[in-house]
Parts: sequence; C-alpha cells; structure tokens
Amino acid sequence: MESWRTAKGMFAAVATVPTLWLIGFFIVPLGIVWLYSFGTNASLTEIEISGTFSNYSRALDPLYLGILWKSILVAAATTVICIVVGFPVALAIVFSSNKWKPWLLLAIMLPFWTNLLIRTYALIAVLRREGYANQSLGWLHDNLGGLLPLVGLPAPGAYEPLELLYNNFAVIFGLVYVHLPFMVLPLYAALDRLDKSLIEASLDLGAGHFRTLLAIVAPLAAPGIISGVIITFVPALGAYLTPDLLGGPDSQMIANVIERQFKRANDWPFGAALSFILMYATFIAIAFQAMKSRQAEARQ
Amino acid sequence: MTMLARLLRKREPIAPLEYTRRLWMRTWVGLVMFFLYAPLITLVAFSFNDSRRNIVWRGFTLEYYEKALNNASLMEALLNSLTIAALATVASVVLGALAAVMLWRFRFPFKGAAEGAMALPIVVPEICLGVAFLVFFAKIGFPTDLPWPLNLGAITIAHITFCFPFVAMVVRSRLTSFNREEEEAAKDLGATELQAFRDVLLPHMKPGLVAGALLAFTLSLDDFVITFFTSGPNTITFPVKVYSMVRFSVTPEVNAASTLLIVLTIILTTIALKIQSRMGTVSQRH
Repeated sequence: MESWRTAKGMFAAVATVPTLWLIGFFIVPLGIVWLYSFGTNASLTEIEISGTFSNYSRALDPLYLGILWKSILVAAATTVICIVVGFPVALAIVFSSNKWKPWLLLAIMLPFWTNLLIRTYALIAVLRREGYANQSLGWLHDNLGGLLPLVGLPAPGAYEPLELLYNNFAVIFGLVYVHLPFMVLPLYAALDRLDKSLIEASLDLGAGHFRTLLAIVAPLAAPGIISGVIITFVPALGAYLTPDLLGGPDSQMIANVIERQFKRANDWPFGAALSFILMYATFIAIAFQAMKSRQAEARQ
Repeated sequence: MTMLARLLRKREPIAPLEYTRRLWMRTWVGLVMFFLYAPLITLVAFSFNDSRRNIVWRGFTLEYYEKALNNASLMEALLNSLTIAALATVASVVLGALAAVMLWRFRFPFKGAAEGAMALPIVVPEICLGVAFLVFFAKIGFPTDLPWPLNLGAITIAHITFCFPFVAMVVRSRLTSFNREEEEAAKDLGATELQAFRDVLLPHMKPGLVAGALLAFTLSLDDFVITFFTSGPNTITFPVKVYSMVRFSVTPEVNAASTLLIVLTIILTTIALKIQSRMGTVSQRH
C-alpha cells in the first residue's frame, strides 16, 4: 500500500467520482432526513427545521414504543428459529461428501436469487384460507378422521380451515422463510473451519452429541454464530414487505409505520425520526457484533 | 457390480462424525429443503394451471403466459426494470472498481471513515434508504415529466448508490490476490501509469468485475423497497407492478409473471457464473 502523496494524479483519478457520488447521493439524502427529524410541519408542503425533539419524544409514546418493541421481539424470534432450523443444516453440509457439498450449498443459495416479493407471494398462496396448507390439512382431516371411530373416538366434524395468514404467525413464518439462507451460510463458514478432531475427542471422552454441540462446537463457532445472528436480525428488524403482505392489522412493524408517515400520513418529520431510530438500532446491533467477534478472536 | 458395492458400503457403520448419514439429520435437511422449495415449485407449477382459482389442478395451459405477455403495463414495467438494471450495472461497475482500487492501493487521511461510509449503504435498512431518496428527490425538485428513459433517472441513481458498494467489496477481495510486482515490472519496462492500469491491473480485476456486475444487475432487478419510494406513476418497475398485482389478488397471471422473473434471474446468474469460472481458470493459467 502506498501513500496517496506518491501518486496524486492516480489517487485523484480513482477517488473523486466514487467519493462525490457517495456524498451527493447517500450522505446528503440521509443528512436531509436527519435534519427533518428535528423539524415541524410548517404547512402542507413545507417543513421547518426548528431543532425540536418532539418527533423523538412522540416516538416514545406507548403506541410507537410498543411497535418498536414488537419489531425487536419478532426479529429476535425469527433469529432464534433460524438458528434452531439452520444449525443442523449447516452441520450436515459441513460433514457431507465432496460430491454433495456444492449442491447443498447451491440449494441453500438459490432462493437468494429469487425475488423477495415473489417468495412472499408464494407464501400467500400456501398460507391463505383456501391455500395449500389448509387443503393438505383438510385432506388429512377428512381421510384420517374416518379412522377415529375405529379406536373408539367420536368422528370429527367438517374441517374448519385454520387462519394462517394475516397474523403474527405468518409474519414470523415469512421472515424465517426469507432469512434462513442468511443464517445457514455464515454458520457453515464457521463450522467448516472448525478442527474436527476436537469433536472426535469430546465424543471419545464420553460426551454425548448434544453436550459436544453445546460445550465444544458452539463456543468455537461463536464468531460465525454471532455474525449469522446479526445478518439475520438486522434485515428482519427493518423488514417492510413481509409484515405488509403477510401481516394483519396488529402485526405492523417499525418499517410499516415509517412507510405510512411518508406515503399516507404525510408526517415527514415524525417518519424521519422513526427511520433514524431504526438506523441507530441497526448500528447498535452491528457494533455489538464487532465487539463480540473481537472478543472471541482475542480468546482464541 | 457397482450396485453391490453401494449396498455393501451402506452396511458400514456410521462413524461418529458422519452426521450427514444419520437418518434424523437427513430428515431434517429434507424438511428444510421442502420448506424452502415447495412454495416456489407450487408457484411455478400453478402458473400452468388451467383454472382461475389457483387451487386445484385442472390441466396444462400457457394461457396465463400469453395474458402476462400481452399485458402492456406489465411489459412496460419489465422494460423499465431491465433498462434501469443495465444502466445501474454499468455505472456501479465503474464506481465500484474505482472505489476498490482507491481503498486497496492507497493510504490516505480518514481512510477508516471512507471505508465505513462505503459499507454503510450495505447495512442501512432498505426502508431508511428508500425514504431518504424520496425526501432527497422531492427536496431537489427532480423533474418527473421527462421523456423515457430519462424519467428513470431517479430510480437509477438510487440503484447505483446501493449497488456500487457491493461491487467495490467483490472487486477489492479479488485485488488482494494481485501481485504488485507485476505492475512495478510493467512500469520498469516503460509502461505509463495508465498503461500499467489498463494492461496489467484491469485484466486481473476482470473476474471480480464480472461477478460484481452480475450482483449489481440482480440486486437492481430484484429491488422493491427502495424503488417503491422513488418510482412515480409513469416509472413503474417490474417488482412494483407485481406488488400491486399481489395486493389485488392471487391469480395464475401473477404466477406466470413471477415465473418469468425467476427464470430471467436464473438464466442471467448461470451465464455470469459460467463466464466467471472460465475467466477464473484463464487467469490462474497466467
């Protein structure tokens, strides 16, 4: 690496355009939103930057604090389910034969290339009242229900479709569906680097598979697990499309409230404050990850 | 003979670490794959279903593809999306490559801050970036009545902003394998700074540029949230159009449109992966 002074012309040639672009079309737009978050609606179209904190204090209103807290809970639940579902998959890929490994990795990555909107739409068709899930359950109900009198139980009534869509269940289901690859890939990367002889040693010394997993594998793979957690948690926290399309009226997340302030309620200052609160929450999560992975590296 | 060998191998006891050969593990992986793919496969399958209600299989038809392809506003949205993606890809590759060279080659004041700012568009929640562009373009009074394709300018600018840091990341990781001595040798042999860049560094960067271009194109083509905030009534993109159709109803026509987009993305990605792997082997031979 050389100092910029040794080749000033070259440095200017490569640095000018990307720097100006980033400032003009990223820092400035975010800066305007930041300024608006301290503003008030002067008239229908004008916003006066008055330096007020009232937008932030309004975000502390129980209604909005509740939505923020709920978004955090939903994102956390999504992350936990993704770990539980994804960990065995990552483990299976690590220990699969060389013939299968690239195919399994491809199978996990392929949904990445499929549009988020389309994946969400696919879930609507599965979960809605007359969707495939209810159809399959109804079929099971009708066909197996006839067997119940044989074992002395009363025959069940007609199948009542489950309400699987437009509620919190659907939102978490959708978020897990979308974010599972985000969790599996970092877990795979971390587990693949693991010294397998340590696992063998633990098993030889009499620990069971579950105990080995908790006492040996999990601590050693901690940096990968943490980065998987953050990579899943951060986009789930800011998710807009999934709660919008799969959620009901009570499963709004913070991003939906932000969207409403800008597109329908037309309260830009308040929306700006909410969007910066979401951004700060994201940065805290990322800083936490950086701190933890540095600690984990220092320990090894 | 091979059948016999395979049967015999099956009898071998499962070693402690052969997790993949355990039944519960296979069942688990199978269920997860079912979870990931069943919705998508049914979506594709039912785009060929000869029934408006999209529930029971009534026979094969291409009727809904015909409908989707004859849907003028859907095709216009597709054209918009492809145009934006192409423009955003070209610009992102140039910007990303420049940024990668800057961060890889030079030491300069506030480099940490520059690196952080460059990674920011990747980590900032999409919704925040979306509203930032909405506010920004309203504030500077970006003209909304330009003729096509200039009216796609706002969306394209937004797409370049979130795409080029990804390109920079990919290209920079490719640059770490570059041997600086090659460039020094070229300069010793009389090449100017520009010639050394064009004939030595650029060929080495090529696989990274292709991978970055692919990434940018897919990101741009797939983006919904940021586009949703920057698009106007005359600048509908494919995902935004599909979104309005999805909100309205679940019909085979939406399935057909979705299938078209899935196929398009898979074809593009496959082509790009092929190019990339061929270039990878070529550059290794050098």
